[in-house]
Amino acid sequence: MNIEVRQPERTAKARVGIFDCDIHPKSALEDLRPYLSNRWWDYLQTYGQRQRHGYVKGFPYPKSQPLASRRDSWPPGGGLPASDLNFMREQHLDLYGIEWGIMNPLSPTGQGEQNDELSAAMAFAANEDQLERWNRREPRLKASVVIPYENAELSVQEIRKRAGDRRFAHVLFLSRTSELLGKRRYWPIFEAAVEAGLPIGVHVFGSSGRPMSNTGWPSFYIEEITEHSASLAASVTSLIVEGVFERYPELKFVLIEAGFAWIPALGWRLDQNWKRMKDEVPHLRRAPSEYLREHFWVSTQPMEEPEEPDHVIDVMSWIGWDKILFASDYPHWDFDDPFLALPPSLSEERRNKIYSGNAKGLYRFD
Amino acid sequence: MNSALNAIDCDVHPNVPDMKALLPHLEEYWRATVEERGINSLETVAYPPGAPLTARPQWRGKNGRAATAVPELTTQVCDRWHADVAILNCLYGVNLLFSEDMAAAFTRGLNDWVAREWLDRDPRLRASIVLPTQNTEYAVDEIERCAKDRRFVQVLVLAMQEVPLGRRQFWPIYAAAERHGLPLGIHAGSTFRHSTTSLGWPSYFIEDYAAQTQAFQSQVASLVCEGVFAKFPGLKVVLLESGVTWLPGFLWRFSKFWRGVRSEVPWVDRSPAEIVRDHVRLTIQPFDAPADPDQVERAIDHLRSDAILLYASDFPHWQFDGDQRMPAGIPAGLHRKILVDNALATYDRLKSL
Amino acid sequence: MAKHVVATVGDIPPGTRKLAQVNGRAIVVFNLGGEFFALNNRCPHRGGSLHHGKQTGLVESNEPGNYCYSRPGEIIRCPWHGWEFDIRTGQSWCDPTRVRARQYAVSVQPGTRLVAGPYVAETVPVTVEGDYVVVEA
Repeated sequence: MNIEVRQPERTAKARVGIFDCDIHPKSALEDLRPYLSNRWWDYLQTYGQRQRHGYVKGFPYPKSQPLASRRDSWPPGGGLPASDLNFMREQHLDLYGIEWGIMNPLSPTGQGEQNDELSAAMAFAANEDQLERWNRREPRLKASVVIPYENAELSVQEIRKRAGDRRFAHVLFLSRTSELLGKRRYWPIFEAAVEAGLPIGVHVFGSSGRPMSNTGWPSFYIEEITEHSASLAASVTSLIVEGVFERYPELKFVLIEAGFAWIPALGWRLDQNWKRMKDEVPHLRRAPSEYLREHFWVSTQPMEEPEEPDHVIDVMSWIGWDKILFASDYPHWDFDDPFLALPPSLSEERRNKIYSGNAKGLYRFD
Repeated sequence: MNSALNAIDCDVHPNVPDMKALLPHLEEYWRATVEERGINSLETVAYPPGAPLTARPQWRGKNGRAATAVPELTTQVCDRWHADVAILNCLYGVNLLFSEDMAAAFTRGLNDWVAREWLDRDPRLRASIVLPTQNTEYAVDEIERCAKDRRFVQVLVLAMQEVPLGRRQFWPIYAAAERHGLPLGIHAGSTFRHSTTSLGWPSYFIEDYAAQTQAFQSQVASLVCEGVFAKFPGLKVVLLESGVTWLPGFLWRFSKFWRGVRSEVPWVDRSPAEIVRDHVRLTIQPFDAPADPDQVERAIDHLRSDAILLYASDFPHWQFDGDQRMPAGIPAGLHRKILVDNALATYDRLKSL
Repeated sequence: MAKHVVATVGDIPPGTRKLAQVNGRAIVVFNLGGEFFALNNRCPHRGGSLHHGKQTGLVESNEPGNYCYSRPGEIIRCPWHGWEFDIRTGQSWCDPTRVRARQYAVSVQPGTRLVAGPYVAETVPVTVEGDYVVVEA
């Protein structure tokens, strides 16, 4: 009499294979051992990582669920959520017909680590691990180029190692960088990404070392997760206003897990102020919203939930139906089920663009 | 009497010409301090004096500053733009000082300057009580002192603080404000305790100004999450010069997360979107409007409230051209609410108009 | 609606829950201190499986900074987005008037009555020993 639900109780809405721009595979630190020097392995065992928020394990804004994961994503055979490829296939990749998934590993990757060299060593190891433990066994899973983004020189080295390797989908940043992304210190990284023909994925979180709002430290986790769209807006603004896209017209960004409803209002605000104060930024030859439209893509997750469902359609049309990419965020708790996350009233054509057409146009691999 | 009113302008800015103007309103020790230590100006880079946003060219006087005296303001705001009442929000940078005593003293001087040089000179003017948020007790003292003058209709703080405004250390301020029927006005600007964005200092002023909406989002989140509206159900908050179109998207995200993470803040007993619609108001300049009036109308729909917008010209800041102070696309049926009714409902001390 | 035997009483000790398939629907049956409640397994928000969620207590507050924890185990939180549902009523805590997990009537029937009466489970063998948990769906 013990019945487990294996099949989802839903009709499959996707006719096309789904392109999932945000999956978080979980490797252990031990999995990186083959790719780390003795020096850095020993360092990690003794001193560990220091990631600007102070805790050895966990976070000062504790997550609402263990490892911020769906409670049903813990593999029955043991291990952490998204650590077991077979279970990931069963619960996610095969269940939903995921044709391609982009891995954005969050830990252990060394991103945001206080020590640049350790960060670079871990980035290299995380990239090797993605290829060996994940992509080789499951070619549907594409890798990100993890980089020690606070050090441009070391990041460029890592990108150049991976350039031309079509198993890599994009270069990965976390959103809370120690400076705004448009600042010159990051430009060599953009140059290398463009050289390599890779878009840049900016995924929320990380620790900048600064208060995580521009008015100090909030008290609650709910404030932390709500705030992501605001800080990402600051970096998007910076990239546009610093003229990064005049310098690198081929550069593309994918904004991951910050929602998207904030995008149109940001464009309108920047345009209004640019009209008045063009003289401050003579290097900008076009309105800010044009750079926003051309160089940025947004992922769907966490899907916006307005009180009136139609309102999200307004926003999606203002952003552009070709700029929206489906993402699940598997295995995290605010996961979007591909079959249920998109507004039901969307036409099949728009749905298919979001599920795969837009991503296929942006990411060049087959 | 409502039908006799044309407009209530909820956000205009008198400019202090320099510290000398405040001297008559300071106690002796502080007068001496200003002179002996050469404290000439508290202008902040939140509005660089020469920046186009700071003032329209034709409104600037000989020294390049606008709105340094009553007629400069009232001829535009009241006569030309038909405001029967205008609320003065003085942004002189007393809030950036680190010495709590100096900040409190200069704030007292500033509020007195507003009363004597502005409120006394034109009965159409009202003002916000600028608060020295460096020290909560001093801020409460200042509310008690100025609230006696009923021409002060609001208390005023800047959007970027050292800690988010919802924090309990500020609660005595909200208790006092609620007691006196004074809304909390949060105005764009910064105490410069942190970089203007959470990811550091932008290179350009355009970015600094764009970053103001981030502060407003964090403040609304803080006020709701910390339970300020649960604790002070009579408190209203006015977001001054925040932009408008940022609000719906923010509320969608905030409310969505609340539904799942509610147990972290169990005193938030209904959707943040509902709480904000009940307690928070926004001035309409800047609106951050799309160019297409149909989209403006849709954006207003997304707000889901007729009561939330308050007319403001933001004089002398340059937010619009000519007399186009109401963005195209706002439904005609809302105009009267925005121009008059919503302000009367928000500001207890204006109800007698 | 028909009645379906989903378990024996012994299969679902107090404080535990069981997933059952009834008429093609997944239903989760809870035992709260000897009382049985059944909810549609599918979270009304975005379809998460409530059976996999966390049973927890009710968290309320009469004042900021005050956390009142009561009724341990009587709230089921969706394993995905964490929405809270009162197991006894199906009501959601974030929107009690408009959102609820669909409830099913549950009763405990002695085995002899079940075998004797018209209600026989299609997928579950029924014997005359002990008591059975019966869901109406």
